[in-house]
Amino acid sequence: MSQIELTADQMVNTAGAGQVAPAQSSDQTILTAAEAAQARKNERRRKTVACLFVTPLLLFVLIAFIAPIGTMLYRSVYHPTVSQLIPDTLQSLSGWDDSTGIRPEDAVLNIFSLELQRLAKERKAGKLAEEINRARPGSSSLIKSTARKLKKIDRNELATGGADQLLALKPQWQEVELWRVIKRSGAPFTDKFYLTALDLSRDKAGDIVPRDTRIYLQLYWKSLKIALLITVLTAIIGFPLSYYLANAPAKTANTLMVFVLLPFWTSLLVRTTSWIALLQTNGVVNSFLQWTHIITEPIEMLYTQFSTVIAMTHILLPFMILPLYSVMKGIDPSYFRAALSLGAKPIPAFIRIYMPMTLPGISAGALLVFIISIGYYITPALVGGTDGQMISNIIAFHMQSSNNWELAAALGSLLLGLIMLLYWVYDRTVGVSNIKLG
Amino acid sequence: MKKLKKMGVAIALSTLMAPALADQMTVVSFGGAYGAAQQKHMLDPFMKETGHKILFENYSGGIAEIKAQVESGNILWDVVDVEVIDLERACSEGLLEVFPQDTLPAGDNGTAAKDDFGAEALANECGVGNIIWTILFSYNNETIQGGKPSRVADFFDTKTFPGKRALRKRPQVNMEWALIADGVPVDQVYDKLATEEGQKRAFAKLDTIKKDLVWFDSWSQAPQLLNDGGAVMVQSANGRIFDAIQKDNKPFEMVWDAHVYDLDVWAIVKGSKKKALAEEFIRFATSSKPEAGMQDVAYGPTRQSSYAYVDKNVIPKLPSAHLDKGLKASGEFWADYGESLGEKFNEWLLQ
Repeated sequence: MSQIELTADQMVNTAGAGQVAPAQSSDQTILTAAEAAQARKNERRRKTVACLFVTPLLLFVLIAFIAPIGTMLYRSVYHPTVSQLIPDTLQSLSGWDDSTGIRPEDAVLNIFSLELQRLAKERKAGKLAEEINRARPGSSSLIKSTARKLKKIDRNELATGGADQLLALKPQWQEVELWRVIKRSGAPFTDKFYLTALDLSRDKAGDIVPRDTRIYLQLYWKSLKIALLITVLTAIIGFPLSYYLANAPAKTANTLMVFVLLPFWTSLLVRTTSWIALLQTNGVVNSFLQWTHIITEPIEMLYTQFSTVIAMTHILLPFMILPLYSVMKGIDPSYFRAALSLGAKPIPAFIRIYMPMTLPGISAGALLVFIISIGYYITPALVGGTDGQMISNIIAFHMQSSNNWELAAALGSLLLGLIMLLYWVYDRTVGVSNIKLG
Repeated sequence: MKKLKKMGVAIALSTLMAPALADQMTVVSFGGAYGAAQQKHMLDPFMKETGHKILFENYSGGIAEIKAQVESGNILWDVVDVEVIDLERACSEGLLEVFPQDTLPAGDNGTAAKDDFGAEALANECGVGNIIWTILFSYNNETIQGGKPSRVADFFDTKTFPGKRALRKRPQVNMEWALIADGVPVDQVYDKLATEEGQKRAFAKLDTIKKDLVWFDSWSQAPQLLNDGGAVMVQSANGRIFDAIQKDNKPFEMVWDAHVYDLDVWAIVKGSKKKALAEEFIRFATSSKPEAGMQDVAYGPTRQSSYAYVDKNVIPKLPSAHLDKGLKASGEFWADYGESLGEKFNEWLLQ
């Protein structure tokens, strides 16, 4: 059997090289047609079996990962809500030049009044109001109250005199800016959420300009800084500990390992709330420091960036220690001894011989901690207060409170892009193949 | 044989009838002491009287979950306790069923429902007002220095009343208070806040106490901060402070000046399979006696006839006794400016 497979491999190889040297291949073919068919059949079967083995994983990844994330990313550019709500108005608006400073003609307003009335009756006017309000705060009540009043007016009357009715109800319908916003919101494919996520917007002429409110870039930058700080801290704390664990007698190492793993087995919420108990104004740390007269007034530690960093370092420490430990465990101590016996001083020997060998562990740990911490949500939300907030908290704000899922999707995909970019830079500078988890 | 047949029919019938007799639905509210009071005075009596079963779940407000359920067509909740500010949005986006308000029963004293309920309780076609609650500030008698704060302006006066103040981390109520403390009359607050200058003025006022502010995310943190010394004054839902005073004898004091009150409303999620049952529950829960039960957590009933059942000593502690000093939270304003002010507020926090 294995012989046949071997020859089958050869056959594939020669078939591949066939174009270069056809004469050679015909010389070396020692299989009959039936044998070749059998070999191909075996090969196919092997592939099918392999496929069957990975199918559950593939399906899982597709259904639980790629599909939801894909639809979320798609949401950030494809946003057809307005174009589905008022298709006729948008159609008639397409002829209107929004740079003239004159509002669309009455015929357009008539069509809009009819569509708004229909939306009011179907109870969808709120959707339109929310969309337009996003680009022009204050439009929500304008659209909703107009819609409520339009419900009572006769359809035929609106078809001819809708424009007058609109203007009589609310003079704001005269404003060019409002119609410009409606026209722009109508485009099903849009870059506006990405622009907002980058603190940019479009001005009246359609050019990209900085936004009045600037928060997102600052938050990305802050998340990066906090994540980097946590990565460095976990490395500083984790490295000596892992070194000790890797070189201690098995019994001691196993006992200490339990303490490293214990946080893994405790609920994340419990760990975070215990930090609240420790750090609060009259908490354990402050009481102790006051009792020992090191300080007289309690220090404000909870609800700051400090508490976010401390709690997250504690929570993510095992992710640094475990890969480091398993890599250090595999390092042959004789290298270090050899360096010493060849005359190297202990510290240079440690730095030049031992440290480079732990690099795969540090890389793996740092990458894990950094990527997990940059999108961390629950701990900053609980102990972060004001200045400990990260980008994930504002994403949650747009998912839960402001209901702007499209902007949340854009912010999320930028975060994903940022992480992929950093991973690429990392691959180019350090090399992903260096990573070793155990 | 005949007996056996009869029995078979009986069993078949009973299994068929069972779901019709005792139905099950899901009611969602805010949990905590408030949820416990609703369980005691609304859900339990309803289950006892009708034999239906109610699953009682918690959520933390907002319309994201309701929106997700309606958009995916997978309706898991039937009745939801929503804040008016979310009700406006959810209703106009078609996420809630219209409630037939003319089917509401008359009060126990015979007053017709539409006269018995306050106008605000029936203002929206999608729900029925359940309680009146309010956001006020409270101080700790043991830690406050410089006298007794009595006005919102005192909250912003760090010279007379030194110490940390705690606010909930969102623009709602904070913006209103900033303007009121800066001298804007209560009835003009929302008009001013709708303008650029008004918003700048509010942020400028908040700037004056920014370094003395502690921020929290959930009402449960408010009495805790006041208790452990994290702040000497806190913004809070009145029920939380009432609970701490009443049950734990905490030395807290409530200040009613310019409290911002609002309603909580029972509403039905659009597409609920138990619509009839859900309506029946809402009619029961908003009748005179169950509503009066909310006095346990110091939330006032939305109908006059309920006051007959409210303890005379508790009435002065209910928001409904202080409406003249208060400001009604504007759902319309926050639907207009909630998101843009939310962003500006976050920007201000980062500065």
